[in-house]
Amino acid sequence: MSARRKRTPPPAGRAELDAITVGAIEGLARDVHGTIKALDRPTLVYPVRSLTNVTYDENVGYLEIGDATSERTLTVTTAKSFAQTLLMMDLARTQIRTDQHSTKREAYYVSKNWGEARFDDQPESDTVLDDIEAMFARLGVTREQLRFTAEEHGGSVAGQLVVIDTDPETGDDVLVDCSAQGSGSYSIPKDVEHLRFETDAKFILCIETGGSFDRLHRAKFWRRHKCILIELGGVPSRMCRRFVRRLSDACDLPVYAFTDCDPYGFANIYRTLKVGSGNAAHINRFFCVPRARFLGVTPQDIEDYKLPTHPMKEVDVKRARDALKNDPFFMAQPAWKRAIDQLLKAGHRAEQQAFAAHGLTYVHEVYLPERLANPRKFLP
Amino acid sequence: MAKNEKPRKQRSAEQLAAQQREISVSEFFEKNRHLLGFDSPLRALLTTVKEGVDNALDACEEAGILPEVTIEITRVADLERVEAAAGATDAVCGFTGEVIAPEGATDAADDEPAASRGMFQHGLFDADAELTEEQEAEQQAAAKNGRDAKRAGRSVVAPAESYLVAIQDNGPGIVAEQVAKIFGKLLYGSKFHRLRQSRGQQGIGISAAGMYGQQTTGRPVRILTRTSPKKRAHYFEILLDVKGNRPDVRVQEERDWDHAQGTRVEIELKAKYQRGQRSVDTYLRATAVANPHVTIRYRDPEGVWTVYERASQTLPAEPREVKPHPYGVELGMFLRMLQTSDQKKVGSFLQNDFSRVSRAAAEEICNTAGVNMTTWLTRVVGEDATRLHAALAPEKVKLMNPPTDCVSPIGEDLLIESLAREYPKAFLRAVTRSPSVYRGNPFQVEVALAWGEGVPADGPATVLRFANRVPLLYQMGACAITKAVNSVPWKSYGVDQSRGAPPSGPLVLVVHLASVWVPFTSESKEAVAHYPEIVKELKLAIMECGRALGRHVTATRRHADALKKRDYIAKYIPKISEALQRILELDDAERDRTTTRLVEVLDRSRNL
Repeated sequence: MSARRKRTPPPAGRAELDAITVGAIEGLARDVHGTIKALDRPTLVYPVRSLTNVTYDENVGYLEIGDATSERTLTVTTAKSFAQTLLMMDLARTQIRTDQHSTKREAYYVSKNWGEARFDDQPESDTVLDDIEAMFARLGVTREQLRFTAEEHGGSVAGQLVVIDTDPETGDDVLVDCSAQGSGSYSIPKDVEHLRFETDAKFILCIETGGSFDRLHRAKFWRRHKCILIELGGVPSRMCRRFVRRLSDACDLPVYAFTDCDPYGFANIYRTLKVGSGNAAHINRFFCVPRARFLGVTPQDIEDYKLPTHPMKEVDVKRARDALKNDPFFMAQPAWKRAIDQLLKAGHRAEQQAFAAHGLTYVHEVYLPERLANPRKFLP
Repeated sequence: MAKNEKPRKQRSAEQLAAQQREISVSEFFEKNRHLLGFDSPLRALLTTVKEGVDNALDACEEAGILPEVTIEITRVADLERVEAAAGATDAVCGFTGEVIAPEGATDAADDEPAASRGMFQHGLFDADAELTEEQEAEQQAAAKNGRDAKRAGRSVVAPAESYLVAIQDNGPGIVAEQVAKIFGKLLYGSKFHRLRQSRGQQGIGISAAGMYGQQTTGRPVRILTRTSPKKRAHYFEILLDVKGNRPDVRVQEERDWDHAQGTRVEIELKAKYQRGQRSVDTYLRATAVANPHVTIRYRDPEGVWTVYERASQTLPAEPREVKPHPYGVELGMFLRMLQTSDQKKVGSFLQNDFSRVSRAAAEEICNTAGVNMTTWLTRVVGEDATRLHAALAPEKVKLMNPPTDCVSPIGEDLLIESLAREYPKAFLRAVTRSPSVYRGNPFQVEVALAWGEGVPADGPATVLRFANRVPLLYQMGACAITKAVNSVPWKSYGVDQSRGAPPSGPLVLVVHLASVWVPFTSESKEAVAHYPEIVKELKLAIMECGRALGRHVTATRRHADALKKRDYIAKYIPKISEALQRILELDDAERDRTTTRLVEVLDRSRNL
């Protein structure tokens, strides 16, 4: 590896993070215990999780959950879920202390040992987990730190990057060179908090489809342009967003998004990558990449590059109108408003693979270099 | 107007008069038999049974006899087959027209009910479910019959077929001279011209049933009646001369009958038998509910016996014939009473021809009307009569309610006992209101309800309507009872109800209207007319029951909540302490103290 490469310092030590998390769990439990000692009814405080409690401020950078909270005081009817919440917190604490993870499904099965407080169905345990996640998000602790993982695909990485992971058994460093994966790629793991990075890349390029990712990867686009390619695979998963966020923060790299030119590409994929999702706003502060910018494909690109198009479907139009009317992010961005208006007016959409109409190499030999020459023109 | 149209032919009054002639009641009802409840073969069967049973019960009760009524319904086709098989004249029921076999002799041993099969084994109040099942079974059976018939080269059996209905009681019997008129003449009876609670009112029912039978099968009504063990029985076969509304007696003879007294009526008619909500079966079960002093034996067309043993050994208090109560007597009736009274002077007329009018009240009425107490009745005409009538209003003169003993309620205890047989675990409540008056007729309302365990909870509540102990199965929507039930605010008693709809949930309502004259909406006597006084009393009675139910529902809910609370505390509170113990690494003693404190804290809070 070249000496010019930046190597990130170890993130806040894992042990340190775990100590914070355990501290948060024990702190909540102590509050509950103290209230009971004082012969009062204990209360748990959750943020209100609905769109009415979400705001967007460009300076903050992501869809932010508001201050509204709901208090749940222990009553006879809530005794069961109250017990389940505390037992789930105990499970998290045990997982941290024994360095274990569990999926949501596994957590559900663990509850089968809780006697009367067991869950009868996974949706029940998922609800309690979501509540715990929201509750701890207020304390700056993520679900991943509580060691509960999702089962979604995390995304793929290729390019000028070495990921420094830890061997779960020995604790030794494991180096994964993302430029040496052949025609394959590195998969983003379920937990990225402990990862360190070494890179000489200049930017991160997030790509919507596996097809386009593969084309750029095979062409070794990342070598010529000194970058890291991320395959989002549609709307990016939490882990994918978190990985890009940590990587870009740690190495101070700009992040560019390359998606289809349609309302789904804008409002679902790019918006979620940049500012998080509306219905899980309590976790957006961790799972978003506020510095991301939109490279393309823009509605103007369709004109400039004479891309083949498809007419917009009813659902596309509805999604675009919805973005303009209800999405706090787009509402705060005049440039986006213009772009979406332009798309609606044109009434068509284009995919990122449409450049193949001008030759298979056109996208990485002409389009991307031309766009990358002037990043200030990217949409916010 | 078209030019070539002929001017209408003119007729003189004399010509018209040639076409004008009297219409006999029987002619009228022959054309309008739906008015009497004979509009379909299905309903005709029910109405026939109903009229027969009504008469039997009225006769027994008037004679002071605990009624025992036997109802047998037989397919005529079956009858002939069984007779042919037996090759004997006294087979099955003895409906050959030659011999009416005595009950005991006709019943084959295996025909007799082995044990009393209680009404409630059939789920009286679950009629809807039963109907569906029965209909299904019937459809299957019909389809099978159809196939069989076709295979045998016969045509498919028509839905209506000939049935023989026999109704027999242990009543006082009928003197031979009256039999023909009672069964062969419409509007002949003892009940129309008096104010006294009874099932029958006009004297139409049984002769109309006979007329329907005669129209559909051509067979006469057959009557066997015996008035005393010392006398022989009389046997009649009677046809009805429709034009003349006259009996046409075909057979009249003396016979031996091994019953000490009583009457047996047999009518052959085209009918359709079906179980379900409006069936003979349901009607008889409901009759048993409202008449706990009656024993009913019933043999359905399948030959199955059902017996409802009496629950009470005492006859209801004998209804007394009463004079009209002044409140609500209409002007026309008042004028007729004036003209036909035996009294000489206004004062005595008021005191003697009306109930509850004392001398003081009569004076008050006369003062209000400006008529002298001693005025001759024959002098009271025009203005005076109108003023006298106006002075009878409740605002003008305070009168006692009509006497209670002229109507005979079932009684709260017996109503509850009846319901308890079906729903031993349900909440039961009965209310018998004090008598009240509409149009000068005393009436009394009773309501009983069963709620909760054992009562079918799906769909709307079952409402059993009774008028003078007779179940009303048809025209539910037109009935004042239905209106009263639906207009009660059930939600405030903890019972679900859509606006203006019947309540729903595990609820059975028994509503009984007893009166010296029940105002039915038609001669088929299926719906009570909407007199405001009656609707008001119905509502008050239902609401009184409803309030009791509401208290019960609230108490039940509170009790259930308390149980649930205890259960929740026992199950989940220790789990909270356990979780805290593990997270905070508490010792067992602290864990248990936490549980104790939590239980204490939650017990303090009254809410769930």
